[in-house]
This record gives sequence, structure tokens and C-alpha cells, in this order.
Amino acid sequence: MADDHKSDIPRTMPIQSATFSQEVNAEIRRAAATGIYDIRGGGAKRKLPHFDDLLFLGASMSRYPLEGYRERCDTDVVLGTRFASKPIRLDIPITIAGMSFGALSGQAKEALGRGASMAGTSTTTGDGGMTEEERGHSRTLVYQYLPSRYGMNPDDLRRADAIEVVVGQGAKPGGGGMLLGQKINARVAQMRNLPEGIDQRSACRHPDWTGPDDLEIKILELREITGWEKPIYVKVGGARPYFDTTLAVKAGADVVVLDGMQGGTAATQDVFIEHVGQPTLACIRQAVRALQDLGMHRKVQLIVSGGIRSGADVAKVLALGADAASIGTAAMVAIGDNDPRWEAEYNALGTTAGAYDDWHEGRDPAGISTQDPALAARLDPVEAGRRLRNYLKVMTLEAQTLARACGKSHVHNLEPEDLCALTLEAAAMAQIPLAGTDWYPGKPGTGY
Amino acid sequence: MQRFDLGENGLRALHKTLHAQAAQTKQAAQTNETAWEIVNPKGSHAIAVGLDAPIEVTVRGSTGYYCAGMNKQATVHVDGSVGPGVAENMMSGTVIVEGDASQYAGATGRGGLLVIKGNASSRCGISMKGIDIVVQGNVGHMSAFMAQSGNLVVCGDAGEALGDSIYEARLFVRGKVKSLGADCIEKEMRPEHLEILKDLLERAGIEADPAEFRRYGSARELYHFNIDNAY
Repeated sequence: MADDHKSDIPRTMPIQSATFSQEVNAEIRRAAATGIYDIRGGGAKRKLPHFDDLLFLGASMSRYPLEGYRERCDTDVVLGTRFASKPIRLDIPITIAGMSFGALSGQAKEALGRGASMAGTSTTTGDGGMTEEERGHSRTLVYQYLPSRYGMNPDDLRRADAIEVVVGQGAKPGGGGMLLGQKINARVAQMRNLPEGIDQRSACRHPDWTGPDDLEIKILELREITGWEKPIYVKVGGARPYFDTTLAVKAGADVVVLDGMQGGTAATQDVFIEHVGQPTLACIRQAVRALQDLGMHRKVQLIVSGGIRSGADVAKVLALGADAASIGTAAMVAIGDNDPRWEAEYNALGTTAGAYDDWHEGRDPAGISTQDPALAARLDPVEAGRRLRNYLKVMTLEAQTLARACGKSHVHNLEPEDLCALTLEAAAMAQIPLAGTDWYPGKPGTGY
Repeated sequence: MQRFDLGENGLRALHKTLHAQAAQTKQAAQTNETAWEIVNPKGSHAIAVGLDAPIEVTVRGSTGYYCAGMNKQATVHVDGSVGPGVAENMMSGTVIVEGDASQYAGATGRGGLLVIKGNASSRCGISMKGIDIVVQGNVGHMSAFMAQSGNLVVCGDAGEALGDSIYEARLFVRGKVKSLGADCIEKEMRPEHLEILKDLLERAGIEADPAEFRRYGSARELYHFNIDNAY
């Protein structure tokens, strides 16, 4: 009887700890087993205040909308008007961010060049130098000037349409890159002047300058070598955007590229990706304010990257004061990364479509973040380029739709006044009034 | 020899003139033996950068940052001292400095010969990728940091952390080495190394006995990530 009575007592439900979640415990066990931190690709996966926390207000009695599909809403953008004698002119305000050959296959780089060119925009090299596939298929190519200087040479500098001096990256402000030995095949090793198969480390600082005063001289050198023709971008991670933007302008940048913490990387420590930097949403207004304080807003153009996924994100970035948005991860997805068609192979790698981020291992079933010839051959650059073109076109149409709804004849006419915020955090970070109010935290004159 | 007064005509005019030499040379597909003398450099930055022709340029005086940066083919002779980053990312050709060099001399250089008759400061040969550097005097700390390939010859002493995180570059030092950086070790000087060293010294116009040098290079312990190497 006593035992029967005990079985009738309701039991406490098993409760998983919010602090020590299954994911956290799995990482503790993995760390305990291996003695090495987790390395992965991509950007921050944690939930962050983002563009979904902003809405457009649209037109109403006080605002006059433009007719969708019929009335003109332009999307062109000019980059590099400050000093360069040959600024870049793009049809759409969405560029393809820097991704290296080495991190990506040659086919993937070709696909990015093809898609970007068909859509009338630029693509960007990465930490491995310029490949012929990329130059040949990119109408407008931005050449990254990185701390490692892998493959750097003055001929490619002159063959580029713009130069991007990379100071920081949103996924890892203050960190250098790594490319593990699995991806250092003969061609990658030759381009980087490294032994084949070793784990490659990229420096986190430039080897021949250390601060904004030096950078000003470095930019002078780059301009003299290229005859003052090329726009010079300075890319910073989303760390201290007001000061970083100010110093980039002081150093002579034509364009500032600002990359928030959702921006991807080929391979970095997970702890770095998830715990360093600021959300993209929090960076934009600070950078714009820096440009405004210097009287350089629209004279030095601002490109924002890090978690841009749709035309709505693009429109919001522009409304907050940027001149263009840039995509990396989204472009990879568009050409086939993490596609469910490879689900069985993702499962075999211990993951699932959408979650695959071991890009550094070089075993990407989609043939994108790999140097394995058999895997890379799975990606048809022509078809993948077409998909990217389509995606860029959709993003542009979406941004135009939203701009027209706000009564704007150019996407650059979008402004903060067109937006409201859904959360206090987004209101504070973007300095956009909370929906239903005319207030945001920190609004001047409000005392909060 | 043609004379260019930098103080009077400015940097842009200098490079328009010198870069035009490259264009002419390519069109003519023949050697252009024109020699240039730059006077009144007054420590200016980025003098004679991005040259791409087999011309000879002599700078009469000291320069600022990045003198002869990204040089190809040209011979640049500095009759003075140079600021940071002389011959950075040099591809080919020769750069000779009669005086001392500041930080980052020959940084990321991919080819050619850099000769420094005086001393070189810290990070000489940082991330070098095939360049040959010969320093008649001493080099400062962290020289040949992450050096990938090429040769660094130091006829004097080397500062702290020589060759830290080095890859496949060869380091030859005649004097004392204050300390070696991570993964940099002394290596056997074999006959082929003595030949390389002899050739470099001859090309640099420096009289020194190769037998007096010691060779340093990578232990290759950092080539594959190992948690025990992190500190």
C-alpha cells in the first residue's frame, strides 16, 4: 500500500536549465574532450536586435505614396566621389562583400562575379588575392588590401576598380583570420606563398602601419600607385563606429564599409564571433552621426553589412543613412549554401541544412566553402550566378516597393522619419521612435 | 641622368613622370635605361612608389614612409635614410639605402633585393614573401615576424623575438641574437646556405665572410594548430 501511495505523488517535471542549456552543456563536453575552442564560419547566431525590429510607416494623409510598378524609384549609387577620379557607379545599392578564394571555391567566386555583374553591382576579393575567374567575371571588382597581404601585388591593385583597406571585420573586430590546412591546396598555397596543407594564420594588424595617422600615409601611397583613379574604401568592424568612421574619414577614405557582428567569416573562434562587436543595427546611426558631424555625409559614402537578408533590410539600412548595403552570407545562401537538397550529406557531417557552419573543414556538400575539386565541381557557376542575379533583383524590387510606399523617388530618399521601432532596444540602438510614440531612449531633450 | 626637384614639382608630378616610363617600356618592349635623380625629398612619404620599369632612380636625401613601395624592375638608390616601410611589398628590382631604415623595412616583399647599409629598426622583413633583404648593421625587435619566404641577412645583431611565427624564410645573422621568437630555431648552415649567403652579400656589395653567420628558421611546430602552442 505504501508503495502504491508513493506512486500517486505528482513528480516535479524535469527542467532544463536556461543557464546550463543542452547547447551549453554540449559545448562544455566538447571542450573537455578536445582541449580546443570551437572554430566555425558565419556570423553571430545568437538573437540580436535587428532590422526586423523596425517597421516602415508608409504613406498616409501627410505623406504621398508613389504608384508601385509605374512611378520611377531609382536605385543607382555612386561610390568614391571624394577623391577618386573614377568613382564606381552601380545600378543597385547592394554590393557583394569580400570573401576569399581559398575560403570559397573558384566556382563560387566566379558565380559571385557573374551574379553581381548581371545585377549591375560589384563584388569583392578577400584574403587570398585576386583570381582570374573573379576578375574575368566581375564587371566591377573591389580589391581588398588586408593585413596578410596574401597575393598582394601592384598589378592587381591597378586592375581593380576600387581598393578596400580592411581594418576590421564584424565577425571578429580585433582578430585575424585563419584558413585550416584542409583548404590550403596547391593553388591556394601558391597564391599565399605558404607551404601546402598547413594551418594558415592571418595577422590581425597591418604589417606596415599602426594607426590612423599611418593609414593616411598608406592611402597616399595606394593613390599614388594607382594614379588617384580608384576609390579607396576603409572597412571597419562594428566596434566603436563613431570613432572608427571619424578616423577613417580623417585618414582619407572615399568610402567607409561598416560590418556589424552578424557579418560572416570563413573561420574564427565561436567565442569571438558571439562575444565581440556590436549588432549591425546599433552601429549605423553612430557612423552616420560621425559623417554628419564632419560635414561628410553623402560625400564619404557608407556601406553597411552584417545580416542583410532582404530588400526590407536594405531599405532600412538606407533609411538610417547608409548609401549602400553589402551581403556575404545571404549571397552564399542564394548560390546554394546550406541548401536542404544536401540534407543527407549535412547529416553525415553531424549537422543539418541551415546550421552547417564548419566551413573551415572544406567539406561543404554544396561545393562553395571548399577546395575539394569533386565537391567544388557540384557548383555550376553559370546557374549559381543566375540565382544570385535573381536574388539581388528581388531585393532591389523589395526596397523600391518600400521606398515608393514612403513616397520616395529614389531609395536614398528614405530617412529615419519613415521608420518606427518595435522594441525599446531597437528604438535606442537605431534612434528611431518606439511604435506608437514619438520617443526613443536617449532622445535629446527628453531626460531619459 | 634627368633631375627632378620634388620640393618644386610635387609627388603627383613625380609619379606621372616615373610611371610614364613603365608605359613607354611596355609599349616598346625594350629596356629603358633612363636614370633619374630626385632632389629635395625633404622626408616626403611615398617617393618612387609603384615603379614598373628597369630604370634607375637616385633619391638625394632622406625619405618618409614607403619609399620605393611595391617596386618592380627599378633600381632605387636612397642617398640618405628612410622612414617606415621602405620597399614594402617589393616585387622585383633593387632598393639600396645608404643610411638607416625605420620600422617594417621590406614588409611583405615578394621579390627583389633590399640593401640597407646602416641599421634597420623593428619588424624588418615582417611577413616577407620572397624578398631578399641584406642589412649591414643591426635589426630591431620582431624582425622577420611571420616571414614566409626569402632571405634576411643581418651583418650585425638582431633584437628580441627574431623570426617569431616564421614560416619558410631563411635568416642569417652574423652578430648576437637577443632572443628568438616563437617557433624560430637555429639551424644547420649547410654548403648550399653558404652559397646563398655568399651570393647575397656579393649582390649587396658588402664584404663579410659567410662562415661567420648563423642560420635561423622555422621549427615548423606551429604549422598545425595545437592547443599546447597557445599562450
